[in-house]
Amino acid sequence: MSRIEQFQYDNKIVRAFGMASFIWSLVGMLVGLILAFDLIFPQLNLSESGIPYFTFGRLRPLHTNAVIFAFVGNGIFMGIYYSLQRLLKTRMFSDKLSWIHFWSWQVVILLAAYTLPMGFTTSSEYAELPWPVDLLITLVWVVFGINMFGTIIKRRESHIYVAIWFYIATWVTVAVLHIVRSFELPYSLFGSYTLFSGVQDALVQWWYGHNAVAFFLTTPYLGIMYYFMPKAANRPVYSYKLSIIHFWALIFIYIWAGPHHLLYSSLPDWVQSLGTVFSIMLIAPSWGGMLNGLLTLRGAWDRVRQDPVLKFMVVAVSAYGMATFEGPMLSVKSINAISHFTDWTIAHVHVGALGWNGFLTFGVLYWLWPRMYRTSLYSVKMANIHFWLGSLGIAFYAIPMYWAGWTQAMMWKEFTPEGTLVWGNFLDTVTQLIPLYAIRALGGTLFFVGTVVGVYNLFKTAAQGNFLANEAAEAPAREIGPATFTKGEYWHRWIEGRPMQMLLWSTLLISVGGIVQIIPMAFMESQVPKIASVKPYTPLELTGRDLYIREGCVGCHSQQVRPFRSETERYGEYSKSGEYIYDRPFLWGSKRTGPDLWREGGNKRTDSWHYNHMLDPTSTSPGSIMPSYAALLETDLDLSELPAKIGALRTLGTPYPEGFENEAIANAQAQAREVAKRLAEQDIKDQGIENKEIVALIAYLQRLGTDIKVEAAAKK
Amino acid sequence: MKIMLLLILLSLMLAAGFLLVYLWAAKNGQFDDDYTPAVRILFEEQQAEITPNPSKEEA
Repeated sequence: MSRIEQFQYDNKIVRAFGMASFIWSLVGMLVGLILAFDLIFPQLNLSESGIPYFTFGRLRPLHTNAVIFAFVGNGIFMGIYYSLQRLLKTRMFSDKLSWIHFWSWQVVILLAAYTLPMGFTTSSEYAELPWPVDLLITLVWVVFGINMFGTIIKRRESHIYVAIWFYIATWVTVAVLHIVRSFELPYSLFGSYTLFSGVQDALVQWWYGHNAVAFFLTTPYLGIMYYFMPKAANRPVYSYKLSIIHFWALIFIYIWAGPHHLLYSSLPDWVQSLGTVFSIMLIAPSWGGMLNGLLTLRGAWDRVRQDPVLKFMVVAVSAYGMATFEGPMLSVKSINAISHFTDWTIAHVHVGALGWNGFLTFGVLYWLWPRMYRTSLYSVKMANIHFWLGSLGIAFYAIPMYWAGWTQAMMWKEFTPEGTLVWGNFLDTVTQLIPLYAIRALGGTLFFVGTVVGVYNLFKTAAQGNFLANEAAEAPAREIGPATFTKGEYWHRWIEGRPMQMLLWSTLLISVGGIVQIIPMAFMESQVPKIASVKPYTPLELTGRDLYIREGCVGCHSQQVRPFRSETERYGEYSKSGEYIYDRPFLWGSKRTGPDLWREGGNKRTDSWHYNHMLDPTSTSPGSIMPSYAALLETDLDLSELPAKIGALRTLGTPYPEGFENEAIANAQAQAREVAKRLAEQDIKDQGIENKEIVALIAYLQRLGTDIKVEAAAKK
Repeated sequence: MKIMLLLILLSLMLAAGFLLVYLWAAKNGQFDDDYTPAVRILFEEQQAEITPNPSKEEA
């Protein structure tokens, strides 16, 4: 019989992450709310007066990053740091690492809050942050990993409870995803180009993007569910066996589902089908978790009526069930043909984010705060108000967005009996949705107000309580290998802890194998043009493209014409994979609030149209909800980074001739003068317009998707 | 689409890693008991309450 050891749980770090989570939730949701209102009142973008920082395009990634990494991210760490200590009967491995983890994660968030409005973005969804921040994230993740695995090694409880398996899978997979998605070649402090281009970049992106949802928004929260829900209900989980089975099934299947984000795109068909098959299979393990959560409450439903904590958790798990039913459905190609690029996607993700992540976080917070502050919840009534505001908020958010998605898809695809598009003017399909956007904004407001009430309640609970920073506990020492644990034997023990050794080994293997594979591949493939007429962008076009990225145009405009008659009729020839080989990053987008732009080039519209459209979108497109980009007409074109950019791209395989970087600036200036001349011919005679950003953007837009037309013309 | 090769390889390696961990866990007896762990996590609070609280480290 081993001796009983006494130790203390660290509650301070849990409180810190918890506070960060709910404070950032207010920020993330507020930004979301601003975006919702932007779509109804475009003036709110503030860009008409020349302020470029708060447009929809720049704030959208801030919203997604704040919600995912700041609100949910801190929520994950709160849940893990609380439950891990108790499940393993030990304090965290190192308090110092805990605090380094906490503060460096907040620095990452602050850097995001600075870089994104400033327009520094890679434009890869959920991986928008510039490369120095990527490095910092890697560091944070390593610190978190050492702290977590260290805790697992020094545990006193030999059984690894299912929640911990979820945490482990989260750590390992996110590490791999983040590293692969961050392969980029810097050309300046915040600028870089992705190692992959075009179709490959798209695939890497959604391999990452989908699994960010899987392993950042899902697996850690399932772990949290498996700890906090039984605790709150004071009942064991319905089936522990099921929890183990669905865990392993989930992590084995999840990683393959990414290509469902690229159905009907230029991705090879078999890859799309692979993604679909695995996505459909996912419903089994997902629902295994959902049912296991709900059934944990069997016989306790009377308490659900009274206890706000359980109420939040029940809705959270139900939302998880809905979202994971919908996910596989949306991965069926025929359904995806309707849903993709529409507001349906927005509805889908918000059921997950507001319902599953949001409500589970609130449930855990309402359970944790009174416990750590040794008091009762300040106001149960207020928590109930929060619950109802939140629930109504989700309903008023999701229903109009589903409606909008369907409306949009039907309007895009509707033909007259003569075979022409009924809604040939894309704008009609936008203005139709504005009332629905208004209802959505109401839903978002309800949810936000609920959150404010919740945060107030938590502050009051803290104020009336007495915080327990170090919670005393005791447990028998764990007997393994050398029975006693002294400082000198630490490394010995490390090797004894075989699961860790294996994890480390496999992670290392994955990374090394990845690096060895990727570098030659990235070089080889980009150097083989698949369509002879597809040429690299000119220096000015490249500059324009980077402006397009800076402004977040990709948030509303896709660059991928799917092979449907409704799209080829509206936009032109469908997209070919060979057209994108010089696109770093790819800009296919995932949402069409505005029309697709891939066939925008080739003087489909005049330069002066683009000029006027950027100055005031409603002047060319009455009723448009696009923000004004007046600043582009005023801001001087900065070409100073061009040599570095050209050099970086050539290193990555874009066939710019040797020494071209020295001519790049002159080349760009010459093309800028040509654009300015054309503008002047079309009655835009601003002084010095050739030195403004607008000319670069126009040059890029006029180039879009035109290269295959060159080939077609040559054939004739 | 050589990139598929990479992603499949990475995904397989990840899966293989998880498989190894699973095999270790199964062999280690982690899954032998599929009932009491769910119940045991509920008891911990009481234990903490029995222990007198030496919260002098409040910093």
